[in-house]
Amino acid sequence: MATITYIEHSGETHKIHVENGKTLMQGAVDNLIEGILGDCGGCCNCATCHVMVDDAWVSKTGSPSEQESELLDAVPEPTETSRLGCQIIVSDDLDGLIVRLPEEQF
Amino acid sequence: MEDKTCIIIGASHAAAQLAPSLRQQGWQGKIILIGEEPHLPYHRPPLSKTFLSGEQDVESMLIRPAAVYEKFDIEVRLGMRVESIDRANKTVTLVNGECLEYSKLAFCTGARPRQVDLPGVDLKGIYYLRNIADVERIKSRVIAGNRAVIVGGGYIGLETAAMLSSQGMKVTVVEMAPRVLARVTAPELSAFYRRLHREEGVSIKTMASVTGFQGREGHVKQVLCADGEELPADLVIIGIGVVPNVELAEAAGLVVDNGIVVDQFAQTSDPDIVAAGDVTHHPNLIYSHSLRLESVPNATEQAKSAAASLCGKTLVYNALPWFWSDQYKVKLQIAGLSQGHDQVVIRGDHKTSRSFAVFYLREGKLICADCINRPQEFMISKRLIAQGQSVDPQRLADEAIVPRDF
Repeated sequence: MATITYIEHSGETHKIHVENGKTLMQGAVDNLIEGILGDCGGCCNCATCHVMVDDAWVSKTGSPSEQESELLDAVPEPTETSRLGCQIIVSDDLDGLIVRLPEEQF
Repeated sequence: MEDKTCIIIGASHAAAQLAPSLRQQGWQGKIILIGEEPHLPYHRPPLSKTFLSGEQDVESMLIRPAAVYEKFDIEVRLGMRVESIDRANKTVTLVNGECLEYSKLAFCTGARPRQVDLPGVDLKGIYYLRNIADVERIKSRVIAGNRAVIVGGGYIGLETAAMLSSQGMKVTVVEMAPRVLARVTAPELSAFYRRLHREEGVSIKTMASVTGFQGREGHVKQVLCADGEELPADLVIIGIGVVPNVELAEAAGLVVDNGIVVDQFAQTSDPDIVAAGDVTHHPNLIYSHSLRLESVPNATEQAKSAAASLCGKTLVYNALPWFWSDQYKVKLQIAGLSQGHDQVVIRGDHKTSRSFAVFYLREGKLICADCINRPQEFMISKRLIAQGQSVDPQRLADEAIVPRDF
């Protein structure tokens, strides 16, 4: 179990307990966080779960795969710490993780 | 709690969005979600992919876990069928005779496989593929070295062929049209998939119609084709499209025309009834005509509009259709709809590689892109299509120009 903080573009903040083994995307979908869509269900096909990982956490969340990188390169406003929420699996190590959500998912 | 009830018929992708969205939009009354299958709403796309292969189980396919429905106080009635709807008295009668009153009603009934009426179709070993039970039956017949025949060269047929072949079955796809995916894609893409499957050991027989099935001891053994060929088969999967589940709505007197007719707010011809997902025939504002889509993003986005309508708000459904298909290690992502194109532009090598994009233009504007292992082209195309911008075909084709600079 990890507590994840999702900060919407509006500044609205959600502190959510997410079970180990779930993805950041599923944690958001289960709690109806509007800034994450997860259209494809988590198979790395749509990039509608774009999150920006807080700088302090980048070493723990790791780096994106090739397919993920290509999708991230084409999101509206990619950043150095951009990831797809469906590709980050929650574990105890991520307890306290902070991610910011983009203005729009496309 | 207000003394109001919203009944959602169909435990589908659309329902999994509509029910919690209702709460978000401020619905304070009861919400009852009724589904025929014994499962909470689950992701259907993995059925022909990772669920068939055994990589995913039922639990991991659920769109939202049971706890979410509890949290939002959504009463879920599974394994239950709605028998009829009485709009005058605003009641729903279940197959067990129980009668439920509603204030608002939502159809999320989806679609079912188109059935064939051919001699021998009732033999064991012949299946359609739409739900968990179908795939569980199919899985019990997947034996390496055995023969599978897939009737229909659409996405379901091809994805299933890929998965069965990967599991060691000898697979033949039988398609009536001159090419696979004929209804939905350009000839170049059809040719690519034919090549891909051939390279992976699946044989595709086009311009071939099936006339019946023969068996031994009640189990299918052969698929009979119109040209006289008899294809040996231990397992047959029929994937020739779907039909929308409109019967309840039709019997209740709602306007139905290749789907339940709704407006851009997912509202049916009855002000207390909405519909969302594969079952709807709805206006598409980007393409300026009405259509029915078989697509997850359509179900999800339309359900949000439907939830708003039920709460007396207006949220226009105006999303760009998009689709995906995974076969072997090849990812196809489709942005938009290609119908009505007057120009096709290819980027990359579609004849020998497994990475290229096909762009469809109408009057100089991009209307659709089929992207084979090209996620960037897909992402940028989604935006260009939605914006309705004119594009330069030469730039689309020029690999020296990155998608962001189209």
